[in-house]
Amino acid sequence: MTFEEEINQTIRYIKPSGIRKFFDIASTKKDVVSLGVGEPDFITPWHIREAAIHAIEKGRTFYTGNKGLLQLRQGVCDYYRRRFNVEYDPEENVIITVGGSEAIDVVLRTLIQPGDEVILPTPAYVAYAAIIEMAGGKVIEVPLEEKDEFKLTPEAFRKAVSDRTKAVILNFPGNPTGGIMSEEDYAKIVPIIKENGIFAITDEIYAELTYGQKHCSIAQFDEIKDRVVVINGFSKAYSMTGYRVGYILAHKDIVSMCNKIHQYTIMCATTPSQYAAIEAVNNGDGDIEVMFESFRQRRNYIVKELNRIGLKTHMPQGAFYVFPSIACTGLSSEDFCEKLLEEENLALVPGNAFGDAGEGYVRISYAYSLQEIKLAIEKLEHFLSRYR
Amino acid sequence: MKELLNLIEKDARYETKDLAALLNEEEGQIDEQLRQLEKDHVIAGYHTIINWEKADQEITKAIIFVNCVPEREAGYDKIARKIAKYPEVETLYLISGKAEFMLQVNGRTMREVSSFVAHKLAPTEGVNGTETMFILKEYKISGVDLDDTREDGERLLVTP
Repeated sequence: MTFEEEINQTIRYIKPSGIRKFFDIASTKKDVVSLGVGEPDFITPWHIREAAIHAIEKGRTFYTGNKGLLQLRQGVCDYYRRRFNVEYDPEENVIITVGGSEAIDVVLRTLIQPGDEVILPTPAYVAYAAIIEMAGGKVIEVPLEEKDEFKLTPEAFRKAVSDRTKAVILNFPGNPTGGIMSEEDYAKIVPIIKENGIFAITDEIYAELTYGQKHCSIAQFDEIKDRVVVINGFSKAYSMTGYRVGYILAHKDIVSMCNKIHQYTIMCATTPSQYAAIEAVNNGDGDIEVMFESFRQRRNYIVKELNRIGLKTHMPQGAFYVFPSIACTGLSSEDFCEKLLEEENLALVPGNAFGDAGEGYVRISYAYSLQEIKLAIEKLEHFLSRYR
Repeated sequence: MKELLNLIEKDARYETKDLAALLNEEEGQIDEQLRQLEKDHVIAGYHTIINWEKADQEITKAIIFVNCVPEREAGYDKIARKIAKYPEVETLYLISGKAEFMLQVNGRTMREVSSFVAHKLAPTEGVNGTETMFILKEYKISGVDLDDTREDGERLLVTP
């Protein structure tokens, strides 16, 4: 007997993450070398860990207010003003969430009504499409292309807009492509957002990993700022993935509606983690610089090496992923990754796990030590010698 | 240049071709920069950080504060250079506070270090007094935590 008929049919038909499947295969094997992880390889800086420990020692382990500690909301607003030149009010415009993940869920459920369309540039982080569907929305995929450096072009965006469009999801720098949007790039799509009265949900979790130029937040455009919902968090910038602290920045009306879902489902983000986040946001700019430099160096290294061994790879301008085409092998993304895992014990993530537009690509994370990257390149070179 | 120095300060064993790839430069450029930095003594030397206790070797280290009077014209430099010449002196700093110099001295045994202080350091012209503190245990050297029992968290093999 199964319960498939009885459960929520929307959930039933949501595809399980392609990454999960891959993880299951990799876990059964021994001595796997992996470039498959979507989190930084630094241990959280000690002063931040120490702040979490201190909070526990002092008994700061009660619930906080739903929106999170005011000191943390203030810190987040100061940070957005300091680093991205955007003003928000800590009382009205901020909710501290359980990672960026909860923020994505809360924001999408707050905005989407059944039948609404949400434009999703793909390849995209795996959670967006699933959560849009869970919220009753319809995913309208816009393929991002390598020739456009995986940017959202105004032409592609405009074509996807209909009178049922509720929102567009922007994730720049992006997982899995490492693509970014500059101020000029955004300037071309802002009028489309304004004309059509749609919301821009911008997941800026990789903002601090923008190479060669400063990150531009679409919230910097005053003419649409009320329609922009910023999602961000502490995971990538301060290497705090396991703390689960993120946040939403938005117009006060949206924040107060989001807060209804947040208060009934979550109550508040983990209290000691919030204290750690206060330390990070107020005193962690130096940590960001150190990690940034190290990621940029490894990006340079891996792009050069991948091109040397014959995988055409463009130099991504953000995040800690490269997204090379595997067209030269004639294999599908999944075949490529399965054979690679089987024959070389190397785990990468197939591009199609991030949407159909990712077919023909693989995601490689360089959040690994140089030794690990070297070993993986050797394995990949060995593999390519047979499949090219 | 600062980025190159930052890299090799942490690990002197990078190969030139890796440094070139990391910094997005040509190998020849890196070679040339390293040669120049060595020539200018910006790179003053290359060392290996060794946990001697693990190597089962007898070694005694001490921190020594030295009081002295500066010399007219030469200030502290002349006496510092004199002290620095002793091979037993591992590091030497001019410091603020109650002493003028702080040294780290390495020897095989306590007797050897004591003998250095009594017979070489203290009688040096200009030295007024010394205070010797023997190092009992090393926890961190040149930015490297020697604790090999610590367990860092493990990441999953594949995550979104």
